[in-house]
Amino acid sequence: MFKETALSGQTTFFQKLRSLDYILLACILILGVISSLAMYATDGGELLYHTKSHVLRFIIFFVMMFVLSFLNIRFWHATGYLFYIIVLGLLIWASLYGITASGSQRWVDLYFINLQPSELMKIAIIVCFAKFYHRAQINQINNFKNLLVPMMILILPILLVISQPDLGTSILIALSGIIVLWLAGINLKYFIYSGLFLLISMPFVIAFLKPYQKLRILTFFNPDKDPLGAGYQIIQSKIAIGSGGLTGKGFLKGTQGYLEFLPEKHTDFIFTLFSEEHGFIGSLALLFIYGVIIYRVIDIGKNARSFFGKLFCFGFASSIFVFITVNMSMVLGLLPIVGSPLPIMSYGGSSMLATMIGFSIVMSTKIYQKQLIA
Amino acid sequence: MFGGGGDSGYKKLSTVNRRMFIMTAAKLVIFGGIITRLFSLQINENKKYLTLSDKNRLREWRLPPVRGDFEDFFGNKIASNLKVYQLHVVPEQVEDFRYLMIRLRDILDIDSKTFKKILKKRSQQKSWETLIISENLSWDQFAKINFYLHELSGAKPVLSVARNYPYDEKFTHLLGYVAQASEKDLTENEVIKKSHVPGLRVGKIGLEKTYENQLIGSNGIQRYEVNAYGKRINQIDFVEGKKGTDIKLTVDTEIQAQCNELLKDKAGSICVMDIYTGELIAMHSSPSFDPNLFLYGISHDNWNEILNNPKKPLINRSIQGLYPPGSTIKPIVALSALENDVISTKFKVNCTGKTEMYGQTYHCWKDTGHGIVNLRDALKVSCDTFFYEMSRRLGVDRLNLTAKKFGLGEKVFNGTYNEEKEGLIPSTQWKKNALGRGWVLGETLITGIGQGYMQTTPLQLCLMTAQLANGGFKIKPKIIYYKKSDSYEKIKAEMEKNRINLLSDFQQDDALVDFSLEKKKHDTDLYKPLYRNQENVKFVLEAMFASTNEVRGTSYSSRISDKKYQFAGKTGTSQVKKITEIQRELDLDISQIPYEERDHALFVAFGPYVNPRYALSVFVEHGGAGSSAAAPLAKKLFKTIIDRHEEREKIREKSLMEI
Repeated sequence: MFKETALSGQTTFFQKLRSLDYILLACILILGVISSLAMYATDGGELLYHTKSHVLRFIIFFVMMFVLSFLNIRFWHATGYLFYIIVLGLLIWASLYGITASGSQRWVDLYFINLQPSELMKIAIIVCFAKFYHRAQINQINNFKNLLVPMMILILPILLVISQPDLGTSILIALSGIIVLWLAGINLKYFIYSGLFLLISMPFVIAFLKPYQKLRILTFFNPDKDPLGAGYQIIQSKIAIGSGGLTGKGFLKGTQGYLEFLPEKHTDFIFTLFSEEHGFIGSLALLFIYGVIIYRVIDIGKNARSFFGKLFCFGFASSIFVFITVNMSMVLGLLPIVGSPLPIMSYGGSSMLATMIGFSIVMSTKIYQKQLIA
Repeated sequence: MFGGGGDSGYKKLSTVNRRMFIMTAAKLVIFGGIITRLFSLQINENKKYLTLSDKNRLREWRLPPVRGDFEDFFGNKIASNLKVYQLHVVPEQVEDFRYLMIRLRDILDIDSKTFKKILKKRSQQKSWETLIISENLSWDQFAKINFYLHELSGAKPVLSVARNYPYDEKFTHLLGYVAQASEKDLTENEVIKKSHVPGLRVGKIGLEKTYENQLIGSNGIQRYEVNAYGKRINQIDFVEGKKGTDIKLTVDTEIQAQCNELLKDKAGSICVMDIYTGELIAMHSSPSFDPNLFLYGISHDNWNEILNNPKKPLINRSIQGLYPPGSTIKPIVALSALENDVISTKFKVNCTGKTEMYGQTYHCWKDTGHGIVNLRDALKVSCDTFFYEMSRRLGVDRLNLTAKKFGLGEKVFNGTYNEEKEGLIPSTQWKKNALGRGWVLGETLITGIGQGYMQTTPLQLCLMTAQLANGGFKIKPKIIYYKKSDSYEKIKAEMEKNRINLLSDFQQDDALVDFSLEKKKHDTDLYKPLYRNQENVKFVLEAMFASTNEVRGTSYSSRISDKKYQFAGKTGTSQVKKITEIQRELDLDISQIPYEERDHALFVAFGPYVNPRYALSVFVEHGGAGSSAAAPLAKKLFKTIIDRHEEREKIREKSLMEI
């Protein structure tokens, strides 16, 4: 007891600085540079709005992440539920007074930033569950009360996000939550049960889907059926990636992007553009960097003494992996098109903010890895 | 405190670690899947997607090909290309197409019919294809468009080329004309289909059609990079089109122009030919029309005017018009009789103005008769009675052979003109096959004076005369000038060689030249004698000289006594309708007979008489007597033809030097 408090209390700033994970920091920085260059290429080799604002956001949020890293892991544990409740509140605010764009009411106006709370929820749900299971006894995890509460925690934001409507983000929130639940030790059979339940209720869910969402799912199964309509995005994305070849067309030499053949090229399809210009080798390099990041986060989780820190790191690493996989599978034509950004790479402030908050919690876990939380 | 008891805490930790391990393994598998997918797209299917990507971003615009020119023997352009101002719109690049169209309609003053036509055209083509609003803007319109251009985004004033026929109606039948390519043109000709762009003009008839594939040229190609909305980003590539081949003709614009002048307000044809090289010097059919009218789509009124003209301007009479040759056939009848030893040159007939044969009365054109005439006189005064008797003895089948040998009843240009007609030289066999009835002997008589079933084109008569005038040798008429074609000297030498060969054959075999029916190939016969005994040809030519240059000759009044221009010819007056006895009694003046029933006037001639070089045929439809309506035209023309000869030879020498 004494040892632990001593460790946390008496660590100097320089010791903390030294215990930062520099590989992770470097990878995030490299990703920031790559994403800025990709944004620049997407703007057609000009320093336009998207590039400028992406670079600015990256700098601000990176600095923020760096600063927040020094917060004691206890702080995150203490404010875990509050964080979740605030984001949930923002979601409710968004659904009541949110800003509507392209048919979806996702944003809240915070005067200095237009925030998309659903992106923050991707992180908040992990923090919230990490705190919940930090306390829970392993033999109580699978009892009714301990199943019902997390269920409510998970379903509430999902329903709010679906109603925006934003199918993509709600699926990602669900996946983040489910992964943490599973990691925490919930019996596999409950996942199978609910999976079966979902399958049975699918027809009813589909009945509630918007026509454009139905179309997207149908298009996924046969994109060539309507090449200029709904299948356009998948086909154009595959053309861009496929035409990149082994080494790519070269920086600023991609054609599909700047000729507007790629839709949402700054956000969901940024990887398509990157892959067209840098080819198979470039794509592998990008995957490698993501791989290193995920590996570092898992490693930090392994060495964390607090269950809260451990579960958060594992959950965060897994959800980053899910975000990357879903985005790439989507642009590669392996999954239907649902809105899902590529972490750090895609244009979008809220997504970057959420990712950076995640990294600062990870970093804090690293600095205070010996710290125990009561 | 570490949450929960030690044992429970340990279990909790081992669960999360185990599950994380499983999760990591799954991650690796999924990453592997993504890499595999990347590999298959970027490495395995790279080529396919590269092609798709290029197809995506590159779009080709084909420019109209520039058509080859036609020029005459002297290098004058008779069909060329003019720079024109056009107005193009690419509908895809226009924000508000309807608004733009309405603005353009007001500025250019487009009438509602044309306006509807343009809108219709728009609906038939792809949105990135150029829509031609006007193909020939006047300078005023062009200036006006440029003035308003800033508010007409999407409209493009373009400098383009269009076919132009500077000689208006003078070469229409000879050249043909171009007009907008039709659906039929595209399906019939692969080359047109390949080079087609909106507004492409292609040959519709005549040489313009026949030589389409050489004339059309190749499209210029502009390759642009376009964005997803079809907007041109930048030009990647520009392939300059190749102009079509220029075609040089053998014709002389000056003589052609005079033919046009001579036949003004008449229906008819004049053909002039070099009797050795076969080069066509002129070939005109009247009335003609201005081919420039067809360039931008002929107006309804203009078209009706052409269509409803009773003299039928659309017919190319030189090669399409079939008429009984009348007395112009007589040199051939006489030659045939001599060659077949039916009569000698001494043979005489007493002409009383009419003769009874086979229970019918056959009239000579001269009611009072010519008295006793021999063959030379008969040709000179064109005595029908003599020819009735001679052809009775000759028979239609032997006449048929001679006539065909000299180019009658056969297409002169095989294939150069699709519309060329064959004509008809009757024979007993023909009648049996075609009409299913036997030949009536009386029909032989009227065939002998170029009436009845016999039908020839004016060009065939010209060729016939040329092949007589060159001493009786086969020549190949042509209208396209080739530098490599045989020179006059070479042809003459060849003919002389063939003449001597024939003589020696004669002496050796002492047999008749085989006048067999078998049709030999055109080229192997070239420059070969068409006669058995050249003396017979010479006799006929001399008689034709008499016909023009001796008193009582039918074309005596059209003679030129200057040896330089002196020519020899044969008139012809062919009946359109059988003359009844009453009409014969009335002996009406030509102006009293309805136009459609008037005789056709014909004249064939060659000159200069000493060392002849050119042959011609003049045909005036419903012109009356050949001596008064056709021969005088030849007289005027011969002066020009002979005068132009020197110029022509100079050009020929020059072009020889170039080789």
